[in-house]
Amino acid sequence: MALSAQEVERLAKLARIDLTPEELERLAPQLDLIISSVATVSEVAGEDVGVTTHAVELSNVFRDDVVGSSLSSEAALSGAPVAEDGRFRVPRILGEES
Amino acid sequence: MNDLVTMTASQLSALMASGQTSAREVTEAHLAQIAAIEADVAAFLSVDSAGARRQADAVDARRAAGDALGPLAGVPIAVKDIFAYRGLPTTCGSKMLDGWMSPYDATVVKRTLDAGMVVVGKTNMDEFAMGSSTENSGYQTTHNPWDLDRVPGGSGGGSAAALAAFEAPLALGTDTGGSIRQPASVTGTVGVKPTYGGNSRYGVVAMASSLDTPGPCARTVLDAALLHEAISGWDPMDSTSINRPVPPVVEAARRADVKGLRLGVVKEFAGEGYQPGVMRRFEEALVALEGMGAQLVEVSCPHFAYALGAYYLIMPSEVSSNLARFDAMRYGVRVGDDGARDVEEVTALSREAGFGDEVKRRIIIGTYALSAGYYDAYYGSAQKVRTLIKRDFEAAFAQADALVSPTSPTTAWRLGERVDDPLAMYRADLCTIPSNLAGNAAISVPCGLSPDDDLPVGFQIMAPPLADDRLYLVAAALEGALDDARGGPLLAKLRSSVTGVKQPTLARQILDLAKEVEA
Repeated sequence: MALSAQEVERLAKLARIDLTPEELERLAPQLDLIISSVATVSEVAGEDVGVTTHAVELSNVFRDDVVGSSLSSEAALSGAPVAEDGRFRVPRILGEES
Repeated sequence: MNDLVTMTASQLSALMASGQTSAREVTEAHLAQIAAIEADVAAFLSVDSAGARRQADAVDARRAAGDALGPLAGVPIAVKDIFAYRGLPTTCGSKMLDGWMSPYDATVVKRTLDAGMVVVGKTNMDEFAMGSSTENSGYQTTHNPWDLDRVPGGSGGGSAAALAAFEAPLALGTDTGGSIRQPASVTGTVGVKPTYGGNSRYGVVAMASSLDTPGPCARTVLDAALLHEAISGWDPMDSTSINRPVPPVVEAARRADVKGLRLGVVKEFAGEGYQPGVMRRFEEALVALEGMGAQLVEVSCPHFAYALGAYYLIMPSEVSSNLARFDAMRYGVRVGDDGARDVEEVTALSREAGFGDEVKRRIIIGTYALSAGYYDAYYGSAQKVRTLIKRDFEAAFAQADALVSPTSPTTAWRLGERVDDPLAMYRADLCTIPSNLAGNAAISVPCGLSPDDDLPVGFQIMAPPLADDRLYLVAAALEGALDDARGGPLLAKLRSSVTGVKQPTLARQILDLAKEVEA
């Protein structure tokens, strides 16, 4: 199955990466090659084989709900690109017309 | 070169305990070595001389006060830049996190500090641990001390190069598909991927959460075991952490005995693509192990042939999800926030600017593998292959106590040789990936220099989950036999392989070192 430049552009948009036209041209054939080389996995396992999501068996773990220490808001904001009034400052989240 | 830097962690520990040297002296020696050699090797993204001196002085003060100290107190350690550490920036090798200071320490780092180890710096790595040569770092190219024109492996090439260049006797790494073992293999050092869940992932920047495994890097098997013991064990902050005692790895490394042990030689890890010199050293190591009483059996793991394909679907799928957190809102670079653009536009521009090619490739492949219409064919199939690989391991471990193979099909390749060929780069991890998919323990230990290029070859040992001590039994036995036959550790041979070294300083230092080790 071929992965076209248009398809890569759509995937990049879904993944929130604003690829340049040059990158699309460079990455699309590489991605197509990678995808076609890993596609053999779909031919190996039959219907009867279950999936493994994790290397070790996981079961739900419960603990008592106790108050512990956590980061201060100053510490949590210390690496933010922009902070204001003790909060993360973000660009507008609604369109112009909203 | 100061002889303190050529010593192992356990030798340094003994010298400090008996008062023949101090943590401060040991730290100064390593800082001097870093200053002398970093221009050639470029293993570190950041060095913290002041912090290291402070930590060393604190250990010396505690020793003077008569405090009981652990076996690695005062020993310098290099930390892969994937671990959160309050003392230095945590960039994960990415421009996305340029200068980012973590507000907390990773559990593994905390245990390292609690054990009294002295953090000298953070080491270079492929961006977000994605790569096999460290060339995908957003910052610098690390050079293999055996030949500065060659790669140090990856993603933990900085940690491995720092050990081989005697900049630190210990280092921390993470292994998702081979990022500890493969760099160890191509630099003539020791690297361990513990059982998945044996080491906490808390504070480790996530790449593929079902595969990521922190582990020890060192120049000797015993040093790796000492570090393994110091950093491992249950952590309530990691939901996949195993609440079981740490296997007796130090005792196993000291015992170094393979008598009666059944070693399974994995049939599929040979043939096309395997460098003849690598296979020759591997087979000689098998003979040495057999000579010490190990019993060799051939085992077949037919689905290992599909491990690379399954890995390059499962890992990117987890990557695409994990790296969604880099949205330019809570940390990392933010680009294009001009008041007019909305949050999605700013996120997309920031991710475009902050991520390198390999990270973009993997995020897009993961997005594809998880998207509607393709999920069953790709991600679903890959998870079924993971089941088949686990079954192969279970069948093989029924016939053998541990499995063995070369760590990587080739020795270190030339810088630049594979950067435009992602598939060639991926093949460096052919032998290491199955253990990540199945979650079992594995180690790489040096088994000599390849006769065709005089570069280090790694010998891989794989043990069942939670039987990490078996790795050390076999690796320490092999290391001892090869050192005896050679008349010293492999790194003493660094001298004979540095053909084509451009910088005279490195060549001179290596010559000095070789003389010292031989003396």
